[in-house]
Amino acid sequence: MAVVAPPRRGRLRGLIGPDPIGYAFIAPYAIFLVALFGYPLGLAIYISFFDYFFAAPGAQVARPFVGLSNYAEILGDPTFQRAILSVAEFILINVPLTVVLSLVLASTLNAKLPFRTFFRTSYYIPYVTAGVAVIGVWLWLLSRGGLLNGVLGPLAPDPSWLVSEFWAMPVIALVVTWKGLGFYVLLYLAALQNIPRELYEAAEVDGAGVIRRFMAITVPGVRPATTLVVILATIIGANLFTEPYLLTGGGGPNGASLSPVLLMYREGIEQGHAGYAAAIGVILAIAVMTISAINRFVLEKD
Amino acid sequence: MATTSATETAAQVARSEPAGRLSWGRVLGLAVLVLGAFMFLFPFYYMVVGALQREPNPGISGAFPNPANLTLANFGDINAQVDLLRTLINSGIFTGGVLLATFVIGLPAGYALAQLHFRGRSVVFNAMLLILVLPFQLFMIPLYVVIVRTYGLADNYLGMILPFAVNATAVFIFRQFFLQLPRELFESARIDGASEFMILRRIAIPLARPAIITAGVVTFIGPWNEFLWPFLITKQQDLQPLAVALANYISNVAARAANPFGSILAGAVVLAIPAVVVFVVFQRQFVESNLGSGVKG
Repeated sequence: MAVVAPPRRGRLRGLIGPDPIGYAFIAPYAIFLVALFGYPLGLAIYISFFDYFFAAPGAQVARPFVGLSNYAEILGDPTFQRAILSVAEFILINVPLTVVLSLVLASTLNAKLPFRTFFRTSYYIPYVTAGVAVIGVWLWLLSRGGLLNGVLGPLAPDPSWLVSEFWAMPVIALVVTWKGLGFYVLLYLAALQNIPRELYEAAEVDGAGVIRRFMAITVPGVRPATTLVVILATIIGANLFTEPYLLTGGGGPNGASLSPVLLMYREGIEQGHAGYAAAIGVILAIAVMTISAINRFVLEKD
Repeated sequence: MATTSATETAAQVARSEPAGRLSWGRVLGLAVLVLGAFMFLFPFYYMVVGALQREPNPGISGAFPNPANLTLANFGDINAQVDLLRTLINSGIFTGGVLLATFVIGLPAGYALAQLHFRGRSVVFNAMLLILVLPFQLFMIPLYVVIVRTYGLADNYLGMILPFAVNATAVFIFRQFFLQLPRELFESARIDGASEFMILRRIAIPLARPAIITAGVVTFIGPWNEFLWPFLITKQQDLQPLAVALANYISNVAARAANPFGSILAGAVVLAIPAVVVFVVFQRQFVESNLGSGVKG
C-alpha cells in the first residue's frame, strides 16, 4: 500500500490524514461492514454463551448465561462428531483431487493448443451455474435407474450412490469438486504466468522430461496458488450445505452425509436452539482459520 | 469466441513447442482437454436433453435425443408448480439490489481505499479482506437473529439483499483498479478546483468501466445462484428466488412424484441459462478478474 502522501493543504491534518473527504466516501461501506459483519460476529460469540432459543413472537423467555456448556455439549454430541468426520472425509477427497486435477488441466491449457478459449470456458461453466440447477441433473444421473448405473450395469452399487451410507459423502465430494474445478484451474493458470519460461527451456536443454519439468518447476512454482486453493477448498468443505441437503435428502442415510452447517440449520433454525447453533459456527470458524494457518505455514515453508 | 482476444494474450504462455507441430505430447494434451470438456459439459447437455423428454429415459439411449420423445411440456409442468416468471423476477430483484448497492456503496469505497489518505483506511481494508475468508456459516445464526428477529425482515427483499449488499470481491476489484490510475490525473483536477465528488463522478467512475463490468459479473453470480440465505428467510413462495423455489420443489416433491426429473430439469435449465449467458458474454472480464486476483503471491 502506498505510503501516506505529504499533506497537501493545511497543517492540522496530521491526525486524520490529508484527505478527510475519504471518510464520506468510505462511511456507507464501513457502516455496512459493522452492521452486517462486525455486529453479527460479536453476536454469534455472545449468544453461544447463552441458552438462547427462538420463542414465539411476543413470548418472554429466560435466556440464561451458560458459559461454555453449549461448547461442551456440542463436542460431546455424537451427531456433531459424525458431521465433523463426514466433512473430514469430504475434505480428504475434495482437496487432493482439486489440487491435482486443476493443476493438470491448467498446465495443459497453458500449452499452445487449439481451442483453448473453448476449453477454458467449458471448465468454468459448472462454477458459474447455480448449485441447485446442477444438483437437479446429478440427482438424475446418480439415481437408482439412472444413466451412471446403466453404464456400470452389474457394477452399480446397491443401495445406489445417494442412498448408500458408504457412497453418499464421496459422491457429494466428487460433485462439489466437479463444480468448483474451473475456478481453481483459472487460479493455477494465473499462477503459471509467473513462472519464467527460461526455467523450462534450461531444464529441457539439461534433458529433463515433461514429468520431471512438471515436478521440479511447475509444482514448486505455483506453491502460493496451491496454498490458496487448499485454503479455499477447505472453506468450501466447512460451508457444505446445499449438496448434502438436496442430493441426499437432508443428511443421507443414517446421517452419513450430515455436514456441520446442516446440523446448524437443524438445531438453530428448525429447533430454535440459536445458542447451540451459534457455538457450532464459532467452532467451525476457529477450525477453518486454524487449518488455513497450518496450511499456509506448511505449504509456504522454505 | 475470438481466439485472439486480449485474454488470450494475457493468458498466453508460448511454450518452446512451436504451434502446429504434431507430437505425441500435443495429442496427449488435447486428449486431456477434450476429456475435461466432456466431463464438464456432458451434465449440461444431459440437463437439456432431460428437460425436453416427454417420457423420462434414464437409460443409455436416453442420452441421445429421440425426436419422437421431445416436448416442451416439462416447462409447463414446472411452471404449474413453481411460478417461473414470478420467481425469476424475485431472483432479478435480489440480484439487482445487490448489484446496485455494490456499485453505489462499493465504488466510492474502492476509490477512497485506493486514492485517498485518511486515518483508519487500513482498518476498513483489512476488515474487507477478513470477510473474503471468513466462512458464511459463522454469520448464519446471528444474521438470522438480526434480520428476521430484530428487524422483522423475513419474507422481504431487503432482508434477502442486506447480507450480500456490498460484494467484498467487487470492492477489492475497484480498489485494485483505482490503485493503477496515476495520482497526477486526480491532482490536476484538484488544482483546477474540482471537488472529490466531482472527481469521482466525472473522472474515476467513467474510467472504471472495465472494472465495473468485471465486478458486476462477479457480483451477479453470487445472489443469482445463492440458496442458503434466501432459503432461510423466505417462507412465502411468491417471494422466493427461483433457486429456492426449485430446491423446495426438489426436496418436497422429488420424493413423492413418480418421475419428476423432467420438470426439475426444465426448472434447472431456466435457472442456469441467465448465469451461463452472462458468463459466456463477459467471460473475458471474468477470466481477467481471476487472473488478476491475489495469487501473485
